[in-house]
Amino acid sequence: MSEKKEIDEFSGIDTTGHEWDGIKELNNPMPRWWLWTYVVTVIWSIGYWVVYPSYPLLDSYITGVWGTTQRQVVAEDLEESRNAKAVYAERLLNSDLQTIRSTPELLDFAMAGGRTSFKDNCAGCHGSGAQGSEGYPNLNDDEWLWGGTLDDIHTTISYGIRSIHEDTRLNDMPAFLADGLLTEEEVEELADYVLSLSDNSYRATENAANLFADNCSVCHGEDAKGLREFGAPDLTDQIWLFGQDRDTVVDVISNSRNGVMPTWTGRLDPTTIKALAVYVHSLGGGE
Amino acid sequence: MDDQNYLPHVSGSSKAMVIMALGLGAILMLIVAGQTSTSAMQVHAFIMIAAFLIGILLIANMGFNTNGRIEAEKSPAGVYYNDRIIKVGVIASVFWGIVGFLVGDVIAWQLSFPGLNFDLPWTNFGRLRPLHTSAVIFAFGGTVLLTTSFYAVQRTCKARLFGEIAPWFVFWGYQLFIVLAASGYVLGITQSKEYAEPEWYVDIWLTIVWVVYLIVFLGTLWRRKEPHIYVANWFYLAFIVTIAMLHVVNNLSVPVALVESRSYSLFSGVQSALTQWWYGHNAVGFFLTAGFLAIMYYYMPKRAERPVYSYRLSIVHFWSLIFLYIWAGPHHLHYTALPDWAQNLGMTFSIMLWMPSWGGMINGLMTLSGAWDKLRSDPVLRMMVWSLAFYGMSTFEGPLMSIKAVNGLSHYTDWTIGHVHSGALGWVGFISFSALYCLVPWLWKKKSLYSLKLVNWHLWISTTGIVLYIFSMWVAGVVKGLMWRAYDSLGFLEYSFVESVVVMHWPYIFRAIGGLLYLSGALIMAYNLWKTVNDGVEEESQTTANQAIA
Repeated sequence: MSEKKEIDEFSGIDTTGHEWDGIKELNNPMPRWWLWTYVVTVIWSIGYWVVYPSYPLLDSYITGVWGTTQRQVVAEDLEESRNAKAVYAERLLNSDLQTIRSTPELLDFAMAGGRTSFKDNCAGCHGSGAQGSEGYPNLNDDEWLWGGTLDDIHTTISYGIRSIHEDTRLNDMPAFLADGLLTEEEVEELADYVLSLSDNSYRATENAANLFADNCSVCHGEDAKGLREFGAPDLTDQIWLFGQDRDTVVDVISNSRNGVMPTWTGRLDPTTIKALAVYVHSLGGGE
Repeated sequence: MDDQNYLPHVSGSSKAMVIMALGLGAILMLIVAGQTSTSAMQVHAFIMIAAFLIGILLIANMGFNTNGRIEAEKSPAGVYYNDRIIKVGVIASVFWGIVGFLVGDVIAWQLSFPGLNFDLPWTNFGRLRPLHTSAVIFAFGGTVLLTTSFYAVQRTCKARLFGEIAPWFVFWGYQLFIVLAASGYVLGITQSKEYAEPEWYVDIWLTIVWVVYLIVFLGTLWRRKEPHIYVANWFYLAFIVTIAMLHVVNNLSVPVALVESRSYSLFSGVQSALTQWWYGHNAVGFFLTAGFLAIMYYYMPKRAERPVYSYRLSIVHFWSLIFLYIWAGPHHLHYTALPDWAQNLGMTFSIMLWMPSWGGMINGLMTLSGAWDKLRSDPVLRMMVWSLAFYGMSTFEGPLMSIKAVNGLSHYTDWTIGHVHSGALGWVGFISFSALYCLVPWLWKKKSLYSLKLVNWHLWISTTGIVLYIFSMWVAGVVKGLMWRAYDSLGFLEYSFVESVVVMHWPYIFRAIGGLLYLSGALIMAYNLWKTVNDGVEEESQTTANQAIA
């Protein structure tokens, strides 16, 4: 059956004479447009090799007539981006926070830059709307652990809380049960007391007030309204960092929490930290 | 050897040799099971022991009561084709396809609803994703390629498959590779290389299986009764040889210990990245393109009953495809630490690859000239045309996306996922399904499929699924890419990364619905094939026909 050339009835084209399991092949030429497009892509590629870096050599490579490299392109793009921001960025760096706040064009620039870096650096913990979550404070309200002025916020962002920076904000609430400072019953009593300050469905024992005065008031204040110099939260309001159910409060008193915010010095440049401070200050609770 | 009088048989000595080898393997694995420090490796050792023992039983049983004779039917052409292995392969293909599509759709829903990860390590997206890719590419695609190649090479060579134990070793050995790979991912064993996640010992096993596959294929070609080698076999051979090379080089590594599952790659840094994408891209080129073009070259002219359009085109596009594809891998690493010259070569070779890829599409579509009317009556042929259309689209999109300026937008976005799936679901999936639709009536000797209407339903439901999939990924990818590069008037980035993730929610849901439709289509196919085997109308057998004439 093989090697028998024949003419295909439908197309009038001859076959190659081969046959496999009934399959034959026509002797059609390659479509012209196909061949020419192929040739054009080859010519275009050769042109590309001539002008751009292409083939490797022993210890270097053919750089091409134009010699463009992606490093160069990135460097140019970054330069362009820096130039676009240069005027404001420099003024931002050299102005104090209050001036930035009161100068409209600087404020706009700081807000735009702050918003962008907030989403990239802060939103991971504080949420993309700065609404906070369990263990991470809400930044939209006017309850501030370490102070809500522009300078306070700037310090917190710069050095962090319990961070590795030597100027970090630092406090250390004892783990009252774990460290053996109070008994389980006393912790329970204290929890009821603390909760009763903001929720009158809780009843505190008389002894609890004494326990509070002896153990907690140094940092949280005698009225339990908190003391910012220690970063100690107000316990009389409805705002809770870790949750307001009784188990959580018992746990916080028993074991303490000591959350950490990193220092951003060295990770972000001073201009960006300033922009962030202005941005966070503007979210709703700035003082 | 004269095939006309050749009766399939297996010799006692070859049985004994393979049984000894498998027994030795089982003993080695027993030692591993006892010595290893992880339970995951222990599970693998026991799977291998079980597989080797079953293998020993099956081989011992071959020709046991027939003095070494293997049962086989003489074809009208007088050849004792090995069709049993094809039948088993068809069943395995359908099974793996459905498993692969199912896992794919599960992880698609996970991306929209992370709760579906169930907070369990075994059902985590990170472990299920390679399970999906390996199940569809290697389990489904690989089994389809084995099966269709074993069928086509016998028919186009007019010779029985080379060896009696060897083809079965290839088939079951490959299935063992799949089981080891898949169970490994779920248990947390991976070397973290894209499309090459199995660890060193599984890689060695696959290498052994693959070399035997090459021997079986070459042996069958050697036995051929036809003077020339058909184009489908060039493509199958290119696929087998190149995959062997890619697999070995990409997986070069040093095991931590001979009884442990972990290893260190021979390559690091950008060399590792380039090696991995040289492998990854050519897994696409030689597994998913060359292999499935081979399917097209045999099954399409058979189905259409028309001669292949152009012999010359098949030669030129075969060699140019083979030569160019292998250099295009670096386009996966645009704008990375890879040197500029390598990126540029990768890009230009991808552009030059456009026409060689389209050569296959043209040759396939033009083969239909003189048979276009069959598209109205034969939904299987229609599915083949669909698959070539998707092939043409994705092989145009590929070179387009390799252009650095386009890649700057598309890279790392879902556009890439959409591109891959237009090729995978449209081209690879449809050409495989149509080959299965051809094979079942041929093998089980039925007049036709149980229902052509159901084939049509399969085609349209799956096509709708693909279109939903591709469009939602185009939208997702372009939106994501644009969001990443959007600047406000003061020169700050407009969006954070997480905002671009939030936007993906709805496109991901549409994608998952598309996947569900595609899976439904495959289930319809499984039903249709099942009914064909069981209730299909018997073909009048050749011998009865001859007797009637006599």
